[in-house]
Amino acid sequence: MEQLASALVYMVIGVSVCAFYFYGSNFLLDKLFPTKNRAVDIVARNLRITTRIRPWLFLGPAIVFLTFYLFYPVVDSIILSFYGRAGKEFVGLSNYSWLFGNDEFLESFRNNMMWLVVVPTSATFLGLVIASMTDRIWWGNIAKTLIFMPMAISFVGASVIWKFIYDYQSAGNTQIGLLNAIVVFFGGEPQNWISMPFWNNFFLMVILIWIQTGFAMVILSAALRGIPDETIEAAVLDGANGIQIFFKIMVPQIWGTIAVVWTTITILVLKVFDIVLTMTNGQWDTQVLANQMFTWMFRGGGDFGRGAVIALVIMVLVTPIMVWNIRRANQEMEGH
Amino acid sequence: MIRSSKRSPLIYLTHATVLFLVILWTIPTAGLFISSLRDKDQLAVSGWWTALSASTHMVVDRAEPPSSQVQEGDHFVIKGNILHGQSGKISKFGYSSLHPQAYKAGEVVSIRNGQTMQVMSNGDYVLSSPTKWLGRNGKRIFYTAEMPPHFTLSNYKEVLGADGLGQSFINSLTVTIPATVIPILIAAFAAYALAWMRFPGRAILVACVVGLLVVPLQMSLIPLLKSYNWIGDLFGVSSKTYVGIWLAHTGFGLPLAIYLLRNYIVGLPREIIESARVDGASDFDIFRKIILPLSFPALASFAIFQFLWVWNDLLVAMVFLGTSPDHIVLTAQLRQLMGSLGGDWGILTASAFVTIIIPLCVFFGLQRFLVRGLLAGSVK
Repeated sequence: MEQLASALVYMVIGVSVCAFYFYGSNFLLDKLFPTKNRAVDIVARNLRITTRIRPWLFLGPAIVFLTFYLFYPVVDSIILSFYGRAGKEFVGLSNYSWLFGNDEFLESFRNNMMWLVVVPTSATFLGLVIASMTDRIWWGNIAKTLIFMPMAISFVGASVIWKFIYDYQSAGNTQIGLLNAIVVFFGGEPQNWISMPFWNNFFLMVILIWIQTGFAMVILSAALRGIPDETIEAAVLDGANGIQIFFKIMVPQIWGTIAVVWTTITILVLKVFDIVLTMTNGQWDTQVLANQMFTWMFRGGGDFGRGAVIALVIMVLVTPIMVWNIRRANQEMEGH
Repeated sequence: MIRSSKRSPLIYLTHATVLFLVILWTIPTAGLFISSLRDKDQLAVSGWWTALSASTHMVVDRAEPPSSQVQEGDHFVIKGNILHGQSGKISKFGYSSLHPQAYKAGEVVSIRNGQTMQVMSNGDYVLSSPTKWLGRNGKRIFYTAEMPPHFTLSNYKEVLGADGLGQSFINSLTVTIPATVIPILIAAFAAYALAWMRFPGRAILVACVVGLLVVPLQMSLIPLLKSYNWIGDLFGVSSKTYVGIWLAHTGFGLPLAIYLLRNYIVGLPREIIESARVDGASDFDIFRKIILPLSFPALASFAIFQFLWVWNDLLVAMVFLGTSPDHIVLTAQLRQLMGSLGGDWGILTASAFVTIIIPLCVFFGLQRFLVRGLLAGSVK
């Protein structure tokens, strides 16, 4: 409780510092270059100066934060990737050559690619199907809320939840995992889903799909509602059936939104870490890039060079999406 | 939406499919919740779904020890309830492990030397003997009982009582609240500047923010850890502090905050801002008196996002805050429990539910803002 109180005090201090900065700097600017009750030419000159300076006062803290926490680390990671474990001795390309000869890395890369193909596709597809179905039934909003709910649960929490689905007891014992209980009920052999190489990756992916489908559904549902009714009515008059309308009339009109949902989930998947760490910690061939990077960051006191190289691989994979996003934003800015 | 299909039989299929999907999506969470309310020792031996219906158990228990016997007439009698007051219905019982189901409830069974045992279906038992009961332990009673669903809060009591989880709950709050509030203020000013002020380089800055939106957190970890260690050494303090993680979350949350808020602020009516400018209001006044109150929905959306993200975060907390008892957050604690208590499902399930309860409340209470924020953040 004491700690919470001190956190609140810190928060108030932090907010006050911010407020003080914004108030103070603006006040100072107005005092130094007054624009009231002065000769016309002075007012004009001061107005020019203040309009030039003020944006940077507004942006200042944000730029400092973005530079220190996001921009500088990208540059520093590139530099670090040429240095040894403590980041002191220059080792040239040896981290890179280590990386591409490292079996664990190749395994993580392969797994990440599978995640990239499976998770965004399934989550987007399921989201689209659920969105179009829930829009037609009276209790659709309740259904949506329930499917959207896992979004609020942490990856660690989700891992605990799914332990109860995937739990394995050897044959003959009572199964307390739901999946194995069903398998046994239908006369099958219980399986240890989590340590079953190759397929266990898909069981981990299911967790992320479970979390992300709600996100896809919410956004695609809004996009579906935005489709003008006339286009659908015209199709109905022309005798199209429900499935034709869905795939030939509705889906093409929300293609842009589907792409956005897809890329958003893709970025998330590239960074997937918590689920793998808590479910398997990369054992049984489930390693992924983000978890391998985390391991190297702390393994044996930490190897910053190798960790940085793995981080750079993730960055390179994200870059095409980044470029595409920036392009889209620029087009939009021109439209304004 | 498609009005013509409302009357077709397809609609029943839709109902059924959605119902199926909803159940599929809810079952995992429901399973955790039900598990957390079950008896610890039952958790490990039967699936959580069995807790919902009455179930048959074959149990062995001991009667009260001979020290509790009373003399009634010429007999020595031990009485008690083998179910210990829990509700349940005993169908069969027995006194030896060879025939645990030998007798129906209510029968009076002679054991040997005139000793008798009677177990009623509600669990009451009577042991009677013409001679004194000897020995230290109570007699074993085998019984088969139909037990109704039984739920208990004992897991929660245990979890919240131990200072581990209570402390990390407070730690999580300590991290989350400032890390949610501070970025909002910084982002709001920046968003206004990027939306309504004219200056060279504005387009480039907007592009930078959009670009930084997708920079993986992993990129930042090592350089920042290095910087934090360096700063810590410089001032002779620990590199793992609350201030450090607040600032880190602020930095990581800023691109989304600026992007969301800018999209919203740019859509506010131009006339309001222009007329205020004509009246001689400075940008600072406009921001404070017009923009800030009008942007409340967008601020709320971002606040929810940031709250959920910080509360649920594991990576940043493990790297920048560590796992010492006065710093460990709920997610990290839960992860440790998962590793160390392989068998103690009672603690694990209750802890997991404690960690997800706050985000779930936020989610159900403020879903409207969350959805609005999502739409503003990605559909634009």
